[in-house]
Amino acid sequence: MQMSDWDAAQILPRGGVAAWRKARCRAHRFAVSRARAAMRRFLEPLRTVFRNMRLLLGAGLMLAHPLALAEEATLAVAANFTGPMEVIKPAFEQATGHRLSIAYGTVGKFYAQIRNGAPFDVLVSSDEAVPARLEKDGLALPETRYTYAIGKLMLWSGTPGLVDDKGEVLRRGEFRYLAIANPKTAVYGAAAVEVLEKLGLRAQLEPKWVLGENITQTHQFIASGSADLGFVALAQIYKDGQYAPGSYWAVPQALYPLLRQDVVLLARGKDNRAARAFVEYLKSDFAKRVIRAYGYEL
Amino acid sequence: MLLTDADLEAIWLTVRLAGITTAILFVLGTPVAWWLARTRSVWKGPIGAVVALPLVLPPSVLGFYLLLAMGPNGPVGQLTQALGLGTLPFTFWGLVVASVFYSFPFMVQPLQNAFEAIGERPLEVAATLRASPLDTFFSVALPLAKPGFITAGILTFAHTVGEFGVVLMIGGNIPGVTRVASVQIYDHVEALEYLDAHRLAGVMLVFSFLVLLALYAWRPNARK
Repeated sequence: MQMSDWDAAQILPRGGVAAWRKARCRAHRFAVSRARAAMRRFLEPLRTVFRNMRLLLGAGLMLAHPLALAEEATLAVAANFTGPMEVIKPAFEQATGHRLSIAYGTVGKFYAQIRNGAPFDVLVSSDEAVPARLEKDGLALPETRYTYAIGKLMLWSGTPGLVDDKGEVLRRGEFRYLAIANPKTAVYGAAAVEVLEKLGLRAQLEPKWVLGENITQTHQFIASGSADLGFVALAQIYKDGQYAPGSYWAVPQALYPLLRQDVVLLARGKDNRAARAFVEYLKSDFAKRVIRAYGYEL
Repeated sequence: MLLTDADLEAIWLTVRLAGITTAILFVLGTPVAWWLARTRSVWKGPIGAVVALPLVLPPSVLGFYLLLAMGPNGPVGQLTQALGLGTLPFTFWGLVVASVFYSFPFMVQPLQNAFEAIGERPLEVAATLRASPLDTFFSVALPLAKPGFITAGILTFAHTVGEFGVVLMIGGNIPGVTRVASVQIYDHVEALEYLDAHRLAGVMLVFSFLVLLALYAWRPNARK
């Protein structure tokens, strides 16, 4: 604790107070100047670094213009589009300098999350219904919505020779479990049910259904061998002309509705450059090539 | 009608699953808990840790490995097929097996604590009165550990009712077979049927609270 004038007056002789006060002032000035000097010595190198950094940054800004405007966007992506997305993401990031962080899942869950304030800027949907619904809720920007891919339905088994190329295996019914994505929540599941209905096999096969939570889990059921066969997205078992091991039947388009997959910019991503750039990028030739390579139509 | 038939079916299935799992775990968990409470073996630590593992492992991980193990190419699947039982995924009994794994620590740990709390003395006294070890267990240890059994039963039952990740991974969502209440609620939410989800969730909440209330209210009498 510092001694006050009053304290000093109690213990110093007459006239001593003035002298003490002067001395204290001197000591104070001395301490302050030393502290300032120390601070300068300490800050000087930092300041140099900072000055240079500003210069560097300025130069960097001028050189790498797109990088200077780089932003980050958060995407909600339908599970069936995982494969192509993993190829498109790094290419997009390299081309634009923007960064993407991606959540894969079912679109129904994304809908609930977006309605409750989830921080997504773009929805890459597995259907056209949910983006339309978000538009109606005022949570998506209508003029940004378009179909980026049309999905293809496959009947696939991990066992070679089980599935024939006419899908007769369904009619014979010599299997225990048929995996499909939950038709209530997944468009590929609803499409699979429609195929069975058109073939008149629904009632016969329903006792053999096992439902995956989404198309990824359905694929897992079949890949692990727990289900003998099931309906999956072509993108899950096909890339660059190569099919996954096993046997498969490309379900004719006449048996199920077009699986249009829409992308839409969400209200939250309205002013996000990365989000807008991505919605554009998904139409680019490169993105289209990737999407086709995974067996989607355009 | 507050709930649809499908909801009621899911609730009944859940109760059956939780009840059977709890019953099986009473039989399996009691000897393990007894051994863990009494043994001086070096294996006490490792076995105790293995029993506690399902507490730590995410249900999705546990479910995925159960799916691989019980599938036709997994070791458990090969065994069940060799026994002529077929494979376990997508069946009610597959869920029971998975739940037994998943809820094991919830049965063993309260029982182990209860057995440890009894101490050596009552058992030694019983021995001096010429009670056989088996007799001692049934007429001394079991009555003294009754509160522990009640707690273990409540926890196991409640935990199985609340199970979701494992069921989703190996259940295949078959109505009346593997579509339990938690999966049914999830389905409603996914299908954007929020009203149905609220109803079923509300019923589950009230039901769970009442079960727990009944059991906890009953508990003090047990330790007279």
